[in-house]
Amino acid sequence: MVRSEILELLVPVLRDQLVVCNIGLPSQELHKTLDQPSNFYMLGTMGLASSIGLGVALTQNRKVIAIDGDGSVLTNLGTLATIGNNPTPNLILLIIDNGSYGSTGDQPTYAGGKTSLTEVARACGSEHVVECDAADAVETVKAALAAEHGTVIVCKCESGNVKVPVITMDPVVIKDRFMKTIAATQG
Amino acid sequence: MTIHDQLVNDLVNNEVEFVTTVPCKQLGGVIDAVDKHERILHVPCNKEDEGIGLCAGAHMGGKRPAIIMQNTAIGVVVNTLVTLTQYYRMPLPMLISYRGELGEPVACQVEMAVHTKALLDQLLIPTYHFHQEEDAAEFDAILKHTYMCNKPVAILTDATFWKGY
Repeated sequence: MVRSEILELLVPVLRDQLVVCNIGLPSQELHKTLDQPSNFYMLGTMGLASSIGLGVALTQNRKVIAIDGDGSVLTNLGTLATIGNNPTPNLILLIIDNGSYGSTGDQPTYAGGKTSLTEVARACGSEHVVECDAADAVETVKAALAAEHGTVIVCKCESGNVKVPVITMDPVVIKDRFMKTIAATQG
Repeated sequence: MTIHDQLVNDLVNNEVEFVTTVPCKQLGGVIDAVDKHERILHVPCNKEDEGIGLCAGAHMGGKRPAIIMQNTAIGVVVNTLVTLTQYYRMPLPMLISYRGELGEPVACQVEMAVHTKALLDQLLIPTYHFHQEEDAAEFDAILKHTYMCNKPVAILTDATFWKGY
């Protein structure tokens, strides 16, 4: 199973949830599969989906699902220490780990080699780290949404991409509708 | 009141509730004051681009953010400032220690100091330079300006301002 298939399976779980999605193909696939105002698409900065997700989680009450990739997490590896040391019950970091830089042509990452992001996340202090196979992604995210603590999920899958259009929505529109969704549900 | 408390009071009076920091010798006092203030959530970050990501999230979560960092970090955050903060029109006060100016003991710091204002200028980032302690009287207005215009804004604070190290 490849990332786009996981995202399709996750549609019922992600619907109406706050989602911060990684740059490139992950955001494009999510946009094509489930565009909704509560999605924040990253259009330009690699590696910061988890940081943005943590910032959103620490400043409002709703659960936030940050969808990241193994290559992007490796770009910003310190984020796992920040998440581990600032635990918040409403952050779910979903690392879709296909062992490759998908958006740039599936070049291998070190996460597909000797590096275990699951072990790194644990060593960085996160108390609830779950590694799962693609087939278990839906149940694992559901459990994380139901939990009273934050969770880091490392979902292992195959490398590969499907053709999807780029996102042409204006960035300010993406931000504005995301912020209005949050503001509407905060007391 | 110390200059550190004065700067933090200005942050709090402008409803800044989320601050991320990367330390610098010059910034030790103000970072301590941020950390101790009960109305500020202080989340130290490992690198400044990560910090700007945290601030982007805090902004969208509904809190006013700020970052405190050293000017050498301008070399780290160019892409993030352009494709996240500016592209999505996010307000971000950046309180920056301006290393490499008069009184600097570390020669290497001068290498980045000579690029600091040129880079900020190239990025079209409104930039203010605190040289004397009384210059900090403008900090309140600078914060209001930042949240009015939804842009990243740089406040450079040099060694003379901090009265050495």
